Amino acid sequence: MSTTERPSGTGAAAPPAFELRGITKRFPGVVANRDIDLTVTAGTVHAIVGENGAGKSTLMKILYGMQRADEGTIKVGGQEVVFHSPADAIARGIGMVHQHFMLADNLTVLENIVLGAERLHGIGAKARRRVEELAGRYGMRVDTGRLVEELGVGDRQRVEILKVLYRGARILILDEPTAVLVPQEVDELFANLRELRREGLTVLFISHKLDEVLAVADEITVIRRGTTVATGLDPAATTSRELARMMVGSELPVPELRESTVTDRPVLQLRGLTVRDGTGRAVVDGVSFTIHAGEILGIAGVEGNGQAELVEAIMGMRAPDAGTILLDGEDITGWPTRRRREQGIGFVPEDRHRHGLLLESPLWENRILGHQTRRPNVKGPWIDRAGARADTRRIVEAYDVRTPGIDVDAGALSGGNQQKLIVGREMSGEPKLLIAAHPTRGVDVGAQAAIWEHLRKARAEGLAVLLISADLDELIGMSDTLRVILRGRMVGEVDPADVTPERLGSAMTGAPLEGEQ
Amino acid sequence: MNRLKNSPLALTILAAVIALAFSAAVTSIVLSLSGFNPPSTFQAMIEFGLEPDSVVNIVNRASTYYLAAVAVAIGFRMGLFNIGVDGQYRLAAMLAAAVGGAVALPPVLHQAVIILVAMLVGALWAGIAGLLKVTRGVSEVIATIMLNFIATGIIAYLLQNGRLGTQVAGSDNIGTEPIASSGRVGGIPYPGADLKIFGLVLLAVAMGVAFHIVVERTRFGFDLRATGLSPSAAVASGVDAKRMVVVAMLLSGAAAGLIGMPQLLGSSYSYGLDFPSGLGFVGIGIALLGRNKPVGIVFAALLWSFLDQSSQILEFNEIPKEIVAITQAAVLLSVVVVYEVVRRLGLRWQQQAVAAELADRDPSPKEVAA
Repeated sequence: MSTTERPSGTGAAAPPAFELRGITKRFPGVVANRDIDLTVTAGTVHAIVGENGAGKSTLMKILYGMQRADEGTIKVGGQEVVFHSPADAIARGIGMVHQHFMLADNLTVLENIVLGAERLHGIGAKARRRVEELAGRYGMRVDTGRLVEELGVGDRQRVEILKVLYRGARILILDEPTAVLVPQEVDELFANLRELRREGLTVLFISHKLDEVLAVADEITVIRRGTTVATGLDPAATTSRELARMMVGSELPVPELRESTVTDRPVLQLRGLTVRDGTGRAVVDGVSFTIHAGEILGIAGVEGNGQAELVEAIMGMRAPDAGTILLDGEDITGWPTRRRREQGIGFVPEDRHRHGLLLESPLWENRILGHQTRRPNVKGPWIDRAGARADTRRIVEAYDVRTPGIDVDAGALSGGNQQKLIVGREMSGEPKLLIAAHPTRGVDVGAQAAIWEHLRKARAEGLAVLLISADLDELIGMSDTLRVILRGRMVGEVDPADVTPERLGSAMTGAPLEGEQ
Repeated sequence: MNRLKNSPLALTILAAVIALAFSAAVTSIVLSLSGFNPPSTFQAMIEFGLEPDSVVNIVNRASTYYLAAVAVAIGFRMGLFNIGVDGQYRLAAMLAAAVGGAVALPPVLHQAVIILVAMLVGALWAGIAGLLKVTRGVSEVIATIMLNFIATGIIAYLLQNGRLGTQVAGSDNIGTEPIASSGRVGGIPYPGADLKIFGLVLLAVAMGVAFHIVVERTRFGFDLRATGLSPSAAVASGVDAKRMVVVAMLLSGAAAGLIGMPQLLGSSYSYGLDFPSGLGFVGIGIALLGRNKPVGIVFAALLWSFLDQSSQILEFNEIPKEIVAITQAAVLLSVVVVYEVVRRLGLRWQQQAVAAELADRDPSPKEVAA
């Protein structure tokens, strides 16, 4: 395997899988990609790194035919191509695995893979044989007869990859494939990718997690502000610090708490909280914990282990089946959501589009959302437009929300700026308790550092925080206390001062924790 | 172009004009295919529509259309489809007429009692659907449609001799006891017209103002709109979804109860078999056309009413007046498409404005394209 062969672009025996020259893509007012030069050697795993908003997604969309470049040329296998749609890209053997899975839960694995490609091998035994053959060849174990809804995240991702392979892809583009995986699943994915490479396929791997990139890539390209700042880097000859500097132009912010501010005054107490789903299964199972003023309690867990239900129960959006919730010593178990918010619970939801924003309303109306009974948003039964608008301006200023004004619809902002608006809103009105689910997901490095700083400051002033995150570095760095949730149960407590992401990842998947400590 | 980009109102007007032009084109094609001359037909319609008596009819009919559309829009703004406005207003008008005909009260109080009864009946009838939705999970669409049929049945049962109905002198019509003059609302004269504008046109105006203030300026209105824009975000923000459904249905029904009032108190004075029906369904179309906004609905109601009125001239020219139904349908169809296109355009322009702003603030000027 010519894994360390440097791309030369000329004279190679096999033409490069991808060759981009001077790719530029303008959107009115901004350039998303500028003079991107990139050569991807066939049969390698090539990583493209860059922070959120650096232009990775636009580049991917161009490669997959979802958007067309304004300038520049693309060559696939030595031939210049122009893609008008993803269908053109697929015809050239390019497949894309999106960050958000596009699977039908109520269909089987086989049905999902075959869906839309029925012409290739039908939908019956022949198709099944083909899928099993592919799975065998690339070392991906899947049960083609199972329903997708029964699968875990890692398995779903394998189905997505198989879907692409089934359509004859020889070049795979994976967009942030590890964002939803725990470390152990990441290892499995990487083993799959190496298998694909061994079979001569080319993998283009988009990420901003540098350690992972260094672990799996043969070559690395760094994108910053829409252009390639380094390409064809050899992972053996670089470090994650160097990559980070190239990526953001400065040092990466580190999530960390300085001195402890934990007090002995309990703010939130859960006692035996149990939430059952429609079938009677306990999705939150007898959870008890206490968060004190000035304490950040982190909850680690693979997504879908009851975190969402736990948060909804605390917010009053879902009635618990057993147990009590105390806020400042007062039993709030039966309170409606509004009363809980009025008593000082701030909420940064996991899914900001579903739970945090009115995308088609202006920013100042979004300032009111969730605070529609409190000043400065209302006066009695009336909306206080002037008050809400002035306070929105304050948040935009203090939290550096990049927007031309407060009359812009929330949906027009980038994800990071939407998140800053939400964090700013939920931090106003001096909350006692903040429920922060993935507070920095999808935001750029600068905003991430700012959000962490705001959390630290509020914590120093006595805010209690429940922090849920899939970013293990963030969890370990920002938590005073760290607990692990598995299948709705609190299965252990780890000391954030001396746990590694790997050990935490093991604990999240149910490996014994106590024995290791 | 830039002015357009920055003004949602201008965009909306443009969208409405495009929809109108499209429907005029469709109507022209249909007219031509049927062997009529489109320009002269349109001219005849406009001339007839602008005659004083026509204007009075248009305004009167538009006021009931307006009330119907507002009743529908209250539900629409929070994502509730009250298809039962039709049954609600008919039942409300009949019971209010019966009460109005049965009691003897001084003026003002008499009218107030009739209007209150109508609002109450409308609210209760719609409230049934609201309750079914929050307690049993019944779709309000199904429930309200069924309630329309039940209302029809109840009206047919009650509107008989010996129950609430009496034979109207000199005809086969059966109606409720006529409301005494103390309970009637006088008309407003219009220069050159023999007919008078319903006094309760002012009720429609008041309704529009109240609708605007409640929805745009109050906390309750904010909760209502938030629920319509994103039910999940509204619940997370502390809106009690179930209570909102019931309250919105009650309000929508109360507004529906008013639909029959201009006609009842201004001209019929009794609910008979010939009382206008189907207004609730017209209201759905007009609410859609007016984008569920108080001002938009004014124009939509006037347009609809104008088309209804001016179509009457067509029969004199031996053109089937059903042609106008095609025009109305074409307006509705195209407006749904055009509004959606405009909405997406608006969002895209906003995103570009935000992107441009970000680029301007960017410390490295190289990023910005000239």
